[in-house]
Amino acid sequence: MLNPQLNKNGELQHLLTIEGLPKDVLTHILDTAASFVNVSDREVKKVPLMRGKSVFNLFFENSTRTRTTFEIAAKRLSADVINLNIDSSSTSKGESLLDTIDNLTAMHADMFVVRHAQSGAPFLIAQHLNRSNQPHIHVVNAGDGRHAHPTQGLLDMYTIRHYKKEYSNLTVAIVGDVLHSRVARSDIHALRTLGVPEIRVIGPKTLISSNMEQMGVRVFNSMNEGLKDVDVIIMLRLQNERMNGALLPSAQEFFKSYGLTPERLALAKPDAIVMHPGPMNRGVEIDSAVADGTQAVILPQVTYGIAVRMAVMSILAGS
Amino acid sequence: MTPSITELDAEALYKSLLEQIRTAMADMPNLAVVGIRSGGAWIAERISSDLSLPDKPGFIDVSFYRDDYAEKGLRPDVKPSQIPFDVEGATILLIDDVLFTGRTTRAAINEIFDYGRPAKIMLAALIDRGGRELPVSADFVAATVQPAADQTLVLQRADNGAFSLTVEHA
Repeated sequence: MLNPQLNKNGELQHLLTIEGLPKDVLTHILDTAASFVNVSDREVKKVPLMRGKSVFNLFFENSTRTRTTFEIAAKRLSADVINLNIDSSSTSKGESLLDTIDNLTAMHADMFVVRHAQSGAPFLIAQHLNRSNQPHIHVVNAGDGRHAHPTQGLLDMYTIRHYKKEYSNLTVAIVGDVLHSRVARSDIHALRTLGVPEIRVIGPKTLISSNMEQMGVRVFNSMNEGLKDVDVIIMLRLQNERMNGALLPSAQEFFKSYGLTPERLALAKPDAIVMHPGPMNRGVEIDSAVADGTQAVILPQVTYGIAVRMAVMSILAGS
Repeated sequence: MTPSITELDAEALYKSLLEQIRTAMADMPNLAVVGIRSGGAWIAERISSDLSLPDKPGFIDVSFYRDDYAEKGLRPDVKPSQIPFDVEGATILLIDDVLFTGRTTRAAINEIFDYGRPAKIMLAALIDRGGRELPVSADFVAATVQPAADQTLVLQRADNGAFSLTVEHA
């Protein structure tokens, strides 16, 4: 089947999910991002690539950080950015998703950055644009439901490559609420495509989906076993909104079993790095001593996230 | 006399360019060089070392500043630009291998200004092949040639650092 994200020349037209993207497409994005990293250190923190293009941030679900980094990335490419807070606008008046898209298309949008609580919403928009003969409008998935968060996955891969140089000899552990995490899914697909030999997920049985082993990962229910000799630890946010169900007894209980403390970090390799997509819950999934420690690369992740999003947008807009 | 493009000796051209710049350097002791990737960057590296310039050479990849991005997209082999000296107030010699339409020069000058406001920018090219589409001219040129429109001159660098020129047909 034709990958819906690629055009007939095999170029990336939309970024909807990392699943199914060839390794050379991922590597191209990461290499391009490397060129954008130092743009942010200059006197003028802008390049003129997307001058005159209109990027619409459509956040149907709140996320200050992701929206801000996309906005900064688009502005550093000289695009015009329009932020739509959909919660408080037309959809609350009953307009359908695709009617919203058609209206913005009539305003000559060039790119939609979409965050939606429903898995598949960005795919639906991309399909609609292709069918209504608007292939020059690009869609970037900024997180959809439990499905995918491809730019977070890519910035995690960028960060790993920056610190570890190669993927081919790494053991990477993803820790916490894997079940609800689109970040975990995007990371796992990217790590597999880029050739990481050992991917582990660590968490309580109630927070790990049953298909994990089919995705080629090793499942651990104990931190002490799972963290042994790993090179990279990716912590996930414990989604407070999930605590209301019967999945976990309490946040304190979770920290006792799965919180990343200095003692547990010592089980990993001495040069292991600690990542977190943010926002962090200190004292729930991660101890402050680790979050602020020398092995944490959580703030560099944010910085690289801008370069990675610049790379994605400029590759899409040039296809 | 205009030499035939198949007779071009890149090493001899380099030495000619180097001597022109060395002579002009007498009035500009604080010259800094910036090479346009990839050919211009190789020339800048050699000039910086042969003239013992105080600042390391800068390198520019103009991919983010090109005016044909809308038609051609982003080149897959884009590399980071690096300017390791303070551009503010600097006297900069911009170096390219082959000067043609002037569009690359325009893009490179735009990029340099995003690092700061230089006191002066000059342009050096190993070869001027004419065909300008913008009001650009070089301060230092080793050879002027008139190749056919479908011929592309490509600078190569061997493992020992020696330059050679090849002619590719479109």
